[in-house]
Amino acid sequence: MTLEEFITAFADLLDETDPAEIGAGTYFQELDEWSSLSNLSVIAFVKTEYGKSITVKEIRACETIEDLYNYVENAA
Amino acid sequence: MQPKDDVFSLCGKTVLVTGASSGIGRQAAVSCAERGAAVVVTARREEALRQTLGELPGEGHRLICADLTRPDEREALVGALPALDGVVHCAGVSTRTPCKLITEEHIRQVMDVNFTAQVLLQTALLKQKRLKSAASVVFLASRAAEYPSPGNAIYSASKGALVSYAKCLGLELAGRGIRVNCIRPGMVWTDLILGQGIDEAELREAQLKYPLKRFGTPADVANLIVYLLSDASAWMTGSSLDLSGGGEGILI
Repeated sequence: MTLEEFITAFADLLDETDPAEIGAGTYFQELDEWSSLSNLSVIAFVKTEYGKSITVKEIRACETIEDLYNYVENAA
Repeated sequence: MQPKDDVFSLCGKTVLVTGASSGIGRQAAVSCAERGAAVVVTARREEALRQTLGELPGEGHRLICADLTRPDEREALVGALPALDGVVHCAGVSTRTPCKLITEEHIRQVMDVNFTAQVLLQTALLKQKRLKSAASVVFLASRAAEYPSPGNAIYSASKGALVSYAKCLGLELAGRGIRVNCIRPGMVWTDLILGQGIDEAELREAQLKYPLKRFGTPADVANLIVYLLSDASAWMTGSSLDLSGGGEGILI
């Protein structure tokens, strides 16, 4: 998955945020609608699309969407 | 010293435990064996199941590897079983998925293990007459059946379905003195809750919200399983028991 595709898919996971506001440098955990359910959405998305298991702690360690993309791409 | 007619004992009873390779299932097998039962352990993973077998005190225990979601393996298991005084359905899986992302495959994965396989195993046990009269059947449901938790929709639904099924089964088998009960545990320290992407430190903090200030241990649940299998619970059927340290439900 390219970074652009990842950003589009990430924006799809959200419901209230304008996709135009979502970019590689977005500090996603600072978004108004970010919640514990968002973490579960990312975990489920990564599991489905990458077949990889990541944790809430690992998501929290990422700051921007690009950080998250790089982390997921390189995860075991 | 245990009196010979101890109604809490499982001496002389033969018990099948599913999902015995880990978590509550493994501890249920160990606790039943400690109380004198001959235990047949089953699960998918042979190596882990062998470890359970190795932990069982006493004699007469057996291991039969089976994937209970596969009809052929289910039939082979039941065909190899002795007559049973007790069955403990512990096999179960859990994955957290928000409703927006639920797929058909996700529903199938959870329901196949948590509901369909258990129901069809029970059917096979009845058809092949493996349950003695006055046997006791225990299903491991969950507080999640009634208590909502984000991402837990399909798991909750599968456990709710199990509770409803068990009540009907209990009614049908009551005439033969066979008892059917469900346990609905709250959060219990097993791989099941540690494998959902939630950090252990977060779980350790969450457990303080339970009135007894901790999540359960597999032994906490296994003790109730032993009681439900024993003659001490002879008047108990169709029940669904909460076991959650006084807490309402599934935290996090």
